[in-house]
Amino acid sequence: MIKLVPRTKKSPIISAIIPILAVGLTMIFGGILFWILGKDPFETIRMIFWDPLMNETFADYARPQILVKAAPLILIAIGLSFGFRANIWNIGAEGQFIMGAIFSGALGLAFYPQESVLLFPLMIFFGVIGGVFWASIPALLRTYFNTNEILVSLMLVYVAEQVLAAASIGFLRNPEGAGFPGSRNLSQYPSAANLEIISGSGIHWGVATAFVSVIFFYILLYKHKFGFQVSLSGMSPKAARLSGVNPRLLVILCLALSGGLAGLAGMFELTGPAGQITIDFNVGYGFTAIIVAFLGRLNPIGILFSGMLMALTYVGGELTQFMLNLPAAAIQVFQGMLLFFLLSMDLLVNYKIKLARF
Amino acid sequence: MSSTRPLTDSRSTPSSPLISVNGITKSFSNTLANSNIKLSLNSGEIHALLGENGAGKSTLVKIIYGLIAPDSGEMKLSGQIFQPKNPRDARKNGIGMVFQHFSLFNALSVFENIAIGLDEHFEAASLKSRIISLSKNYGLPLNPEDIVGNLSVGQQQRIEIVRCLLQNPKLLIMDEPTSVLNPLEVEQLFYTLKKLASEGTSILYISHKLAEVKDLCKRATVLRGGKVVDTCNTNDFSAPELAELMVGSSIKPTVRLNRKFEDIVLKLENLYQDSEDPYGTSIKNLNLEVKGGEILGVGGVSGNGQDELMTALSGELSPRKGKIFFKGSDISLLNAEGRRALGIFSAPEERLGHAACPGMKLSENVLITCSKTAKLTKYGIIQKNFSEELTREIINKFDVKTDSTSSVASSLSGGNLQKFVIGRELLQNPKLLIINQPTWGVDASAAAFIRQAIIDLAESGTAVVIISQDLDELIEVSDSFTALVGGRISDPKPMSSLKIRDIGQMMSGAMSYD
Repeated sequence: MIKLVPRTKKSPIISAIIPILAVGLTMIFGGILFWILGKDPFETIRMIFWDPLMNETFADYARPQILVKAAPLILIAIGLSFGFRANIWNIGAEGQFIMGAIFSGALGLAFYPQESVLLFPLMIFFGVIGGVFWASIPALLRTYFNTNEILVSLMLVYVAEQVLAAASIGFLRNPEGAGFPGSRNLSQYPSAANLEIISGSGIHWGVATAFVSVIFFYILLYKHKFGFQVSLSGMSPKAARLSGVNPRLLVILCLALSGGLAGLAGMFELTGPAGQITIDFNVGYGFTAIIVAFLGRLNPIGILFSGMLMALTYVGGELTQFMLNLPAAAIQVFQGMLLFFLLSMDLLVNYKIKLARF
Repeated sequence: MSSTRPLTDSRSTPSSPLISVNGITKSFSNTLANSNIKLSLNSGEIHALLGENGAGKSTLVKIIYGLIAPDSGEMKLSGQIFQPKNPRDARKNGIGMVFQHFSLFNALSVFENIAIGLDEHFEAASLKSRIISLSKNYGLPLNPEDIVGNLSVGQQQRIEIVRCLLQNPKLLIMDEPTSVLNPLEVEQLFYTLKKLASEGTSILYISHKLAEVKDLCKRATVLRGGKVVDTCNTNDFSAPELAELMVGSSIKPTVRLNRKFEDIVLKLENLYQDSEDPYGTSIKNLNLEVKGGEILGVGGVSGNGQDELMTALSGELSPRKGKIFFKGSDISLLNAEGRRALGIFSAPEERLGHAACPGMKLSENVLITCSKTAKLTKYGIIQKNFSEELTREIINKFDVKTDSTSSVASSLSGGNLQKFVIGRELLQNPKLLIINQPTWGVDASAAAFIRQAIIDLAESGTAVVIISQDLDELIEVSDSFTALVGGRISDPKPMSSLKIRDIGQMMSGAMSYD
């Protein structure tokens, strides 16, 4: 019988090294996976991690793409990390991301084609509201009926996908789109477009917001009482209650925070890179952000790096798809491996494996 | 059953002891828990194992019971070398143990709990009748059909004892059995143990309560710092002398002055508080008054509404019905933070995980209860230098032994962490202090220090409520006494007017309300 015994001494250095080791192991086992699929493992790994940054042919396109893909991951992961620290598990950021896009998109389209500088900020606000609204459903169900927020938030992703489909073929469909599904292109509607701040850099308003959020939420987490209460609630719920934390309110706040940031990410994605509401608008940022949050040690600065790394695997993964004909699912398995190795390494650092005797 | 036990006469000739432990040594990473321990027990002897928390008592009995393998040394059972591979092996050789913390399933019946724990297979009907006859025979009445969660702690302990007795033990190890019992239950337990001993069962009795050791045991082995300090006849020493052996230095007795009580600080009116635990005890219709400068001791065994009273007074949960008044104003709906702003501080029983967060630094742990009153945050931003300063002040004033303000709470010993927690609340100048089990699991010198600090606080006019199951402690520090039993309390009486018999009656008499 195998038994896990908690280690008494934990080294902070090892805790920082683990994500790097997990990336290394993912490269090795991912390489084996690609080899089984009949590809050259070294070439594939190089194409995922190296070519998007350094290859002359691809880098001009790929570097800005990394920022564009990292921004939603970072925004969502930061929101999730607060809840995860307090043992509040929002698995449905993907749904909140969709709802943020639908809310802000609906508002923008309602004003089309009038131009106003107020429209974009108002759409940002509606994006947040959409995410908060969708996250408040599991929050309220948990606080008042003690349901499991993991299941409810996850199930609501599939509901949101249905709403998305209804929007793109129904109530938000482009009236001038010759009957094709999908809304008007908001990135071509000047008042609603999320444009690049510096041309060619990939830095749009969402990227800027993600960078500012890293700093803001780092301070909130480590220097502000709210961050302390979130951490305390995760580590000792009873001590948190003694300290005056209202556990119900905390559930609502943490879910609202993660929902709001996911909705915000959805809004920036819709008005920028995606442009329009379509049936396949969401590409899994909300789920990948869970990996990003843990890989970044639930720390906003760590999330900044892990978000970039994960974006790199997205961009590099796309490269392998059209250069080497690697199936898209192989890249998803590769990303999943990263979380798997991270969590299993974590376990080994926190626990010793012992053969128990009877 | 009696055939397996030697005749009582064999006790008078201690030529070959039932069990002897010779030179047992066991170390855990850096600490030497047991060093060259010698101990021997004759058949039918009740032998006390005395020592403070951390003296190595638990390690020693776990070695005897096969839970831990010693690094070196040997044990002999009835003259044969004895190396139990596991508890099952130890039980097969006639060793039974009743732990301080029971391993019972609340939702199952007494019978089911006993059946699960037995190594051999029994016929259900015959097992039930054996439980009944055995429990009657030894003064441990039990109904096999009762659901464990509905039983008192004393009754739950009986299940554990009966479970051991069913296996005909030659040696029964009892780990701090009276810490959860009221005085009448203690009397009953002692009757049982004496009867068992008279029939030839040896009992190794672990305790730090000296009066009861002197009452029950002829010989005692005293451990300190993992070593045997002395093996002695309990009659040759007075209780304070035994205490000195245990602690290694004399304990300063607490000093209290006579003082006048001031106005009523805390008043409870028909208070009802539901338990969060499905098998917990809800508080029913509590009425109580505590004056400034008064220390009210609330006796009673844990699980009788102690945690519920604590959470109601601290403000962690608002009461279901009834009112709590502080200096005349209704505070029933204020949360813990709001009450602290008025000067109501509390120290819960569970140090790690409730009063303090195990994984956080001491300088972060001060934020749990002092962030407002000590102004440790400004516009919500944590003022690190202030929290460091407060932590240092607590460490210095309350003699907390720790490396630095950034040690994590779980790295402190029980006594030091308790001094830290009590110090944290006392430095906020409380007008009302509520403490649950102030010295549970704390070494004697730290306990004396904490008791004196509480008395000093009361002398400055603070009202204090101490909830404790340690009667000796309540007798030592409190001005008035009440018992919380089955979620109800009796009228507080001045401590000086009460005898231990009266206390025993209060602790069992309150049950008759139900």
